[in-house]
Amino acid sequence: MSEITLYSEEIQWSDKPMTWQEAIAFSAGPLLDAGKVEPSYIEAMIQNIHDLGPYILIAPHVALPHARPEAGVNEAGVSVAVLQQGAAFPEAGHTGDNEAQIFICLAAVDSESHLHLLRTISTWIEDSQVIEKLRRAGSADEVRTILFDVQKQKGDDEK
Amino acid sequence: MKILCVCGMGFGSSLMLKMTAEKVIQKKGVTADVEAVDIGTAESVKADLILTNSEFASQLAGGSAVVKAIKNMASEAEVEQAVTEFLESN
Repeated sequence: MSEITLYSEEIQWSDKPMTWQEAIAFSAGPLLDAGKVEPSYIEAMIQNIHDLGPYILIAPHVALPHARPEAGVNEAGVSVAVLQQGAAFPEAGHTGDNEAQIFICLAAVDSESHLHLLRTISTWIEDSQVIEKLRRAGSADEVRTILFDVQKQKGDDEK
Repeated sequence: MKILCVCGMGFGSSLMLKMTAEKVIQKKGVTADVEAVDIGTAESVKADLILTNSEFASQLAGGSAVVKAIKNMASEAEVEQAVTEFLESN
């Protein structure tokens, strides 16, 4: 499994404070630069949160920005951005978990690629220790190493 | 039993939650139908257990289904606890 390719340039880290909108656009940057998504896709991801609330928070401190393929996806992809300072979302949930430091931007073209990407992302975040490691990362290189180690380890477990 | 996984679009976190729930019920040997839907559809689907985030959990509470809020959609341990609590109370 996990034959999804997360290219090094699709992993980013920043120490700049950002609003949640800026964080979503930042996380999608590599997909936009590579022509995998259109600017309209980023607008759709942000609009969905205005409409539906911060439902993209999939784990403590982890957000999964995404929209429908027809909003402007040319090629399936995923990009990861880790922020040193959490970006706060509107409408805190009951638990008060309304900030995210890890943004995993998801662009799918069909349900098969979508499921495959989701399964891979699940392996990254199912372990809260990995989330903690990512939050403490101090550079894109560190983020890269953490994610590649998880994928390698999961790959070994499957053998 | 029927488990409904709910998110904003029925497309992202609810699908991830569905994958996690399917792993859990397989492990527990429970027979259940697991479906992922968006919040708009959720109220019209009959279910025994609803798994969702804390925000939607408060919106969906009060119906016939038991509603459990999940923080980490990929955490088997957390989903297993929710399913176990549901099975023990029903």
